[in-house]
Amino acid sequence: MNPSLSRFVVTSADHGHSLNLLVDGMHCPSCVAAIEGALKKQSAITQARLNLSTKRLNLAWKGPAELAEKWIALIQGMGYQAVPFDPQTSETFSQKEEKFLLRCLAVAGFTSGNLMLFSIPLWTSDGVEMGVATRTMFQWIQALIAIPAIAYAGLPFYRSAWNALKDRRTNMDVPISVAVILATAMSLFETVTHGLHAYFDSGVMLLFFLLIGRYLDARARGKARSAASDLLQMMAGRATVLNADGTTRTMLLSDLQEGMTLLVATGEKIGADGIVTEGVSELDTSLITGETLPVKAQKHSQVFAGTLNISAPLKIQITKPNSQSLLAEIIRLMEHAEQSQSRYVAIADKISHWYTPAVHALAAATFLGWFLFGHIAWQQALLYAATVLIITCPCALGLAVPVVQVLASGILMRRGILIKSGSALERLAGITNVVFDKTGTLTVGHPELQEEDLYDTKTLQLAASIASHSRHPLSRAVCRAYDGPLLAMTVREVPGSGLEAVSKGKTLRLGKQSWCGVKQAETSQTMQLWLSVEGKKPLCFHFNDRLRSDAKAVVLRLHQAGIATSLLSGDREEIVHRVADELGIAHAEAALSPVEKCRFLEEMKQQGARTLMVGDGLNDAPSLASAHVSMSPSTAMDITQNAADIVFQGDKLQPVLTAWNIARLSQVLVKENFILAVLYNIIAIPLAMAGMVTPLVAAIAMSSSSLLVIANAMRLNLHKEV
Amino acid sequence: MDVLIYLIPIAFGLGLTGLAGFFWAMRNGQFEDLDGAAYRILQDEEEKEKAAPGPKV
Repeated sequence: MNPSLSRFVVTSADHGHSLNLLVDGMHCPSCVAAIEGALKKQSAITQARLNLSTKRLNLAWKGPAELAEKWIALIQGMGYQAVPFDPQTSETFSQKEEKFLLRCLAVAGFTSGNLMLFSIPLWTSDGVEMGVATRTMFQWIQALIAIPAIAYAGLPFYRSAWNALKDRRTNMDVPISVAVILATAMSLFETVTHGLHAYFDSGVMLLFFLLIGRYLDARARGKARSAASDLLQMMAGRATVLNADGTTRTMLLSDLQEGMTLLVATGEKIGADGIVTEGVSELDTSLITGETLPVKAQKHSQVFAGTLNISAPLKIQITKPNSQSLLAEIIRLMEHAEQSQSRYVAIADKISHWYTPAVHALAAATFLGWFLFGHIAWQQALLYAATVLIITCPCALGLAVPVVQVLASGILMRRGILIKSGSALERLAGITNVVFDKTGTLTVGHPELQEEDLYDTKTLQLAASIASHSRHPLSRAVCRAYDGPLLAMTVREVPGSGLEAVSKGKTLRLGKQSWCGVKQAETSQTMQLWLSVEGKKPLCFHFNDRLRSDAKAVVLRLHQAGIATSLLSGDREEIVHRVADELGIAHAEAALSPVEKCRFLEEMKQQGARTLMVGDGLNDAPSLASAHVSMSPSTAMDITQNAADIVFQGDKLQPVLTAWNIARLSQVLVKENFILAVLYNIIAIPLAMAGMVTPLVAAIAMSSSSLLVIANAMRLNLHKEV
Repeated sequence: MDVLIYLIPIAFGLGLTGLAGFFWAMRNGQFEDLDGAAYRILQDEEEKEKAAPGPKV
């Protein structure tokens, strides 16, 4: 067996083997049923389970380990790509973190429920009604349940707070940790001294609610799995290599070396960057450039890993090892961009820079003031200090942003716009520039037949009958334009030229101008396809990649709002400028590589522009990651969608405006929430410092401030016009 | 009030059982494929689990 495959096969104790595969090309649940069904028919296979969320297949079988190759071949025979992977290494840090948060959440939830059994009797009776012995016993039971739970469920906060303190900064987790630990210590002290005020439940409940937010946040980020790792997995397929003695062998793409000769069959993805040495074909480069029309490949053409060979087999000499391919370059750009992006600090953390020290200073002042000048026991002074901490608990402040975000995301979700990153709305609200990609972003992304009415049904039927034999985008456009019965005919595909068919003794050709016998070069900016029927004058079909219907209106509205727009495309100069002129975009750049697009955005950033990038191709992914904020349509590649902050559905551009409007509105609400939270503190803190509030009242006041903030955020729902 | 001596451990035990059940489900990967699970119920009855084939040597 191939050594690179045997590395992944795990032998278990009962003479069975298991293997984890990453399946590419799955679109829907029925693919899951098909793959699992086919595998389960094999008598040797004992387990086949496919995870639709992560596209991972877990296989177990009895018998020799070599069967692994058979299973992979079986899956590939069904039209899916299957790549082995090691679950140990691919379980990322964030997935572990997510599971840990879920465990903490469960513990906090369980504990807060059980603590209530004891809290309610304690709350509803005063010091006289319930005997001291019963009360102390109840408090001890609470302590036994709560302390381990607080120690465990609070870990995510303590860790984060500790890391922040070590770096001599503060974040929201510092006051949370201090408040929880102090409240617990105080309650324990009260229990030991048979006191009245034990508030174990408050600490656990606080953790429970905060953990809900943390977990949902981690889940949302986990869903938008690292874009770079997805790309790397795509490069993990297999390729056929031609040996010097004329024999062929398959090997993993990662093992390909410079100088090898690669055989690429029709419909196969090219595995490495190289030069064509034999064959003429057309390549679908949409993965790299985002352009829909196939590019011709012949001897000496340069080809890139990840592009799809459409019409005929090719021989390719590899010029670069896979670690240096264009695809790898895009990954590096993207990782770099994502790292620089992560420096962005959310509003809440910015505020905690001054909030946390202020609150702790006030608590300390309360303690010292009462202790030194108040002539009361230090325990009482500490209780007042703890009350200050509880009443200033940054709950309202902590909720101010997330509640608005959750509501805004919900509203946008109902309009088919998915917000993937928490701070995306915050960043979107402050944009000064919008940069569009062309194909698939401003345009619908596939060619369409122009002025269909010019052609009679007979002609269209003839063209569609021939075109139905090809997967070329223009052929498909012809088929889309015609709906009716097709004529049966035998069709031959001539690579690089077109399709040839024989019907009723006549030769029909659908394809290039010169191939259909048209001499003079008609210069036109549209894409063309010619139909020639033997003995008749050839006919020309014009195609155009239609603009999204509201593109012009959206650009106009952006201009009216004082936002500058640009168009960056990898496409040809004249097409790009025509689209820019039509839409009124003043600044357009054509024929840009992914690297140049990225550099362009960097330059804009240095000039102080905050840019929204809208794009859909893989070539846009690095720029999406490096822009201030980014959007991509749901028709974009998975990888590009992962790189974008916001994904929108539908064939209109309006979501760009909608998201921007909601973002600005939600920022207003966030600011109002901060003001509310600060106002609450201005009223509550003096009272608490004066010792006029018990911890219980403080806890209630704190909760109501949170409710106030939530209620304010709900106002987002009232705005109809967005 | 004596009944509390029984009721408190029972209530607590029930809660712990729930928590243990949750951890068990998590460890068994019940929360790993939330998308797929929603569709699996729509699929036709899966074939009866195959009797484990004897070791083929």
